[in-house]
Amino acid sequence: MKNIWTIAKREFDNYFSGPLAYVVMLAVLLPLGIYFSLILFYTSQQAVFGGGGAPDITPMNGLFAFLMVFLSPALTMRLLSDEARMGTLELLLTAPVRDSELVIGKWLGAMLFILTLLGITLIYPIVLNNFVTPGIDWSVVLSSYIGLILLCGTMLALGVGISAIFSNQFAAFFVTLGLIFFLYFLVGLPANLLPQSGDLLNYFSINNHFTQMNSGTITLGALTYFISLISFGLFAGTTAIEIRRWR
Amino acid sequence: MIKVNGLTKDYGARRAVHNLSFDAQQGEIVGFLGPNGAGKTTTMRILTGYMPPTDGEAIVAGYDVVEDSLEVRKRVGYLPETVPLYHDMAVFDYLKYMGELRHIPNVDDRVDEVLDQVGLYERANGYIGNLSKGMKQRVGLAQALLHRPEVLILDEPTIGLDPGQVVEVRQLIREIGKERTVLLSTHLLNEAQNLCDRVLIINKGKIVAEDTTENLQARLLGAERVVVRVRGESDELADTIKSVKGVRKVEAREDGGVEFEFASGKDLRPEVAKQVIKDGYDLLELRPLGMSLEEIFLELTNSEGKK
Repeated sequence: MKNIWTIAKREFDNYFSGPLAYVVMLAVLLPLGIYFSLILFYTSQQAVFGGGGAPDITPMNGLFAFLMVFLSPALTMRLLSDEARMGTLELLLTAPVRDSELVIGKWLGAMLFILTLLGITLIYPIVLNNFVTPGIDWSVVLSSYIGLILLCGTMLALGVGISAIFSNQFAAFFVTLGLIFFLYFLVGLPANLLPQSGDLLNYFSINNHFTQMNSGTITLGALTYFISLISFGLFAGTTAIEIRRWR
Repeated sequence: MIKVNGLTKDYGARRAVHNLSFDAQQGEIVGFLGPNGAGKTTTMRILTGYMPPTDGEAIVAGYDVVEDSLEVRKRVGYLPETVPLYHDMAVFDYLKYMGELRHIPNVDDRVDEVLDQVGLYERANGYIGNLSKGMKQRVGLAQALLHRPEVLILDEPTIGLDPGQVVEVRQLIREIGKERTVLLSTHLLNEAQNLCDRVLIINKGKIVAEDTTENLQARLLGAERVVVRVRGESDELADTIKSVKGVRKVEAREDGGVEFEFASGKDLRPEVAKQVIKDGYDLLELRPLGMSLEEIFLELTNSEGKK
């Protein structure tokens, strides 16, 4: 356990030693901030003329999830592939660290970064709460944030798994992007055309599960889905590292 | 401390290490000598728990490298051929990270100590990427020494160092080798000669010779060769030497010296000296010509190739 934390901490610090952390933060917080002010402006306009609903945090977190499709591969692409390219993997694999601890540590490091970013975005529901009487529905906010954490955890776990397979970080980036793009946007599309297998395809869509949680519904199916995919990504990564040893 | 028995490693169809057996005791520096691609790095990677062997077993610091890989890794310090460093980390932070992964108590103090040992204390806060090649090599060495390992495995430890640093690093290895087991690979023969207690010469995945450097020389030669030099003309010197009983293969050299040979174990140098002086020569030099490790090495690796 201590090893996981040591690796996670270094990975977290490492994001800030280069431009990546700041670029990702900018790419998330700038659109989010603009979107937030637009929502506030729009709902206040509507309120003047009467009607319109109370603003809520759902569209903000939806945007966060959308941005993560493109940004999470950037956060995971070099986690293990770069260690392989630089030869430092040899160092970690001859240190008394289990392969699974290495992979989980890398994933947790990326998660810590995402949690920091999510922590910053908590400012939006807090601000919103002050504008709306009698306040916003915090249970929806909670469900939405749990959804975001699971969504990011899934994307990062798949990314870490793929990063363990490649020695080239750009290969890892594009394969991860492709997989997440597919799971987020594409897999649910044919569901409407195929009444027979539609439910199954819908179940594989990250977007469907997240949208549910984002609007305040947590189902066992969604939890199982996210936790299974996280486990799968980390397991695939560990296996890929083990295969590297045998080669 | 290291016990290897029938170790074999295949990369696909290629056999990199073939039925290798050797051991190394505590307080011993063993040199692993061989041309590129001989299987040195592969063997070291197996011993450090990086990769499992295809066949055979290896016991390092009392634990099996396959069964108890983690226990082995706790007790081994390893400097790989390409020094594995994070270039965007400061020297101190890098060593501290490695120390934390190895659960070293008071890791900050220990890192300072090791930095002092490898002479990098002043550069502790500098980025690894900005260090010279020799300094990077020493950071790698510091990483291998950090946890006071029982067994130290060094893949070409002095490569890329300037002559002064080479002397320092060898001194360091010699000190460590007094109490622990050191296995180092090199293709610098003089390094093996002046650093190692014992040398394993490996070629195409097999050990072709294993002995102390002195014994290797004696064994291959089977005889000792000596050069004699005198003041002035020495046309008849060869005849004078030939007159000594037991002397063989007398040859005049172009530089005026005369070489001869005698069976090892029966030193004929005093007899030859007496005869040379008796015949009225001013004896200037009487020097044994040891076979260099280079020659031994070529001899062994070539004869292996011809089979």
